[in-house]
Amino acid sequence: MTTAITILFFGIAYGMILYLISVGLSVTMGLMNIVNLAHGVFAMLGGYITVTLMNHLGVPFLLALAAGCVLVAILGFVLERLLYRHLYGRSELDQVLFSIGLIFVSAALARIAWGPLAQPIELPDYLKGQVEFLGLELPTYRLALVGFGFAVIAGLWFGFDRTLFGARIRATVNNREMAQSVGIDTDRLFALAFALGTGLAALGGGLGADVLAIAPTYPLQYIIYFLIVVAVGGLGDIKAPFLAAILIGLADTACRYFLPEVGAIFIFAFVFVVLIWLPAGIMQWRRS
Amino acid sequence: MTAVSTSGPAYPAASSQLRRLALPLPWLATAALPLFLPGYEPLATQILVMIVFALSLDLLVGYAGIVTLGHAGLFGMGAYTAGILSVYGITDPLLTAGCAMLVAAATGLVFGWAMLRTKDLTLLMLTMASAFLLYEIANKATWLTGGEDGLQGVNFSSLFGTFAFDFRGITAFYYSLAVLFVVFLAVRALIASPFGWSLRGIRENSARMAAIGCPILKRRVIVYVISAALAGLAGALQAQATQFVALYSLSFELSGNILIMLILGGSGRLYGAFIGVPAFMFAQDLLAKQDPANWFLGLGIILIVLVMLAPGGILGIAERVMAAIRRRRGAA
Repeated sequence: MTTAITILFFGIAYGMILYLISVGLSVTMGLMNIVNLAHGVFAMLGGYITVTLMNHLGVPFLLALAAGCVLVAILGFVLERLLYRHLYGRSELDQVLFSIGLIFVSAALARIAWGPLAQPIELPDYLKGQVEFLGLELPTYRLALVGFGFAVIAGLWFGFDRTLFGARIRATVNNREMAQSVGIDTDRLFALAFALGTGLAALGGGLGADVLAIAPTYPLQYIIYFLIVVAVGGLGDIKAPFLAAILIGLADTACRYFLPEVGAIFIFAFVFVVLIWLPAGIMQWRRS
Repeated sequence: MTAVSTSGPAYPAASSQLRRLALPLPWLATAALPLFLPGYEPLATQILVMIVFALSLDLLVGYAGIVTLGHAGLFGMGAYTAGILSVYGITDPLLTAGCAMLVAAATGLVFGWAMLRTKDLTLLMLTMASAFLLYEIANKATWLTGGEDGLQGVNFSSLFGTFAFDFRGITAFYYSLAVLFVVFLAVRALIASPFGWSLRGIRENSARMAAIGCPILKRRVIVYVISAALAGLAGALQAQATQFVALYSLSFELSGNILIMLILGGSGRLYGAFIGVPAFMFAQDLLAKQDPANWFLGLGIILIVLVMLAPGGILGIAERVMAAIRRRRGAA
């Protein structure tokens, strides 16, 4: 029983990080209809900024997180205007190659700036140690992570469902020409959505720095997990990827615990079967 | 019918005769390489093996329009098949290469049959997941593959029972060159065949091809199996030339690298692999040893510039320059 709850808890914490990082990718890939393999770059950068501000400048954890989020969102905005927008309507192969190029450049720059080793995060005292919760000893950091994640998700879902900006995104994902003809400035929307998505990725990268270690290999090493969340969840949505992320977080954690000799084999086999069965992700299952 | 459908613009007769005479020249020059550059045979062999691999990928990416980020999965299947057979005492190079092709083709058939029903991002994800799956299996099945340490005890007997795989790598070099030549002729014949043209048709507009009665899924699965067999052959060559098989041969890194090499040369152009692979591997040999960060920085910038400014790779640039010169001549 204790084991089950512990796995449940660690799986959800892991899934939460995956979701925060991947949700922006799902929205931008569905919105602009592009393949972007380089999304992990922004999570890595968010992690580096957070860790550096905390460890070297003594900035408090939450402030460092916010700074990483904002700085990366600005960078995302600039990159969308400078580079990404030239890729809309180009072939899938071009988009794949461009994003691999961006991964290489950012990984190389990170290596030059921070060195090849992983940057450990020095957690503030209030996040260290264990907390007793429902008669169980749970690590404070992961508990805070889950709580913080749910707060962000609540805000995000509210924004997506109840604000004009969210409605514009949903409309444009649904039918871009129609959205443009009713007067939605899709160009501006793309840039803002991209900035928001990269900012969230940076937040996930910083928040999850103790789960997914911040190193130059980050964008390549975890790319498959972010893409799995998006592909299994389906494009252009923010709720289905949550289900996908939690499912994958739980499955991966449980598998690593119970069947360490199987490792990640299970998760890739699972994804393979799901995508053959439901090529458009689990959203398709709900619709049919 | 077949005479009409030769590729490219019509050239004057003299020029085409010249081209036919010039065709064997690069092959002969490469065959003479060990005389001019002794000590470079292992690198040259690596390049030849990667050209075979890139040619197999060109069938998918360049001709059939199937973008894959998991082609190393098939290369690695070939490499591990040949390597494991040799560990268990079946050491004939040609026999193990044949087995490697069969195993890779069977893998390609199973995965291709399942994956090629999907398209776009889903297909891309499936190709990635398939290779990650094979990588993880090889990583965990240490009793069979050696896991992270690589496969130990790989040892192949002499080619035709006479040419031993020597320390300098002369045998491996000429063996790889001969295999590449055969593969090149086979791929050239394939893309010139009606089947090859139907692949281009599917790439350009699969709905129309379906409308004129072309069995899309079947054709795509067939080309995937052929490509898998050739990738497996390249993997077997690699295992035989280096007498070692590492997890890298199944990795996402290799899947990405081979795609980059092909695109750098120019995909869908048959000769792109011959340009892109040497360019990439020489540059990597020169730069990556000094500082991997600079190598990746340079490579990344080249990729971004290539996508933004020069689609079609090195051959694409050459084609445009030639077209501009011809236009100027025509005007004068």
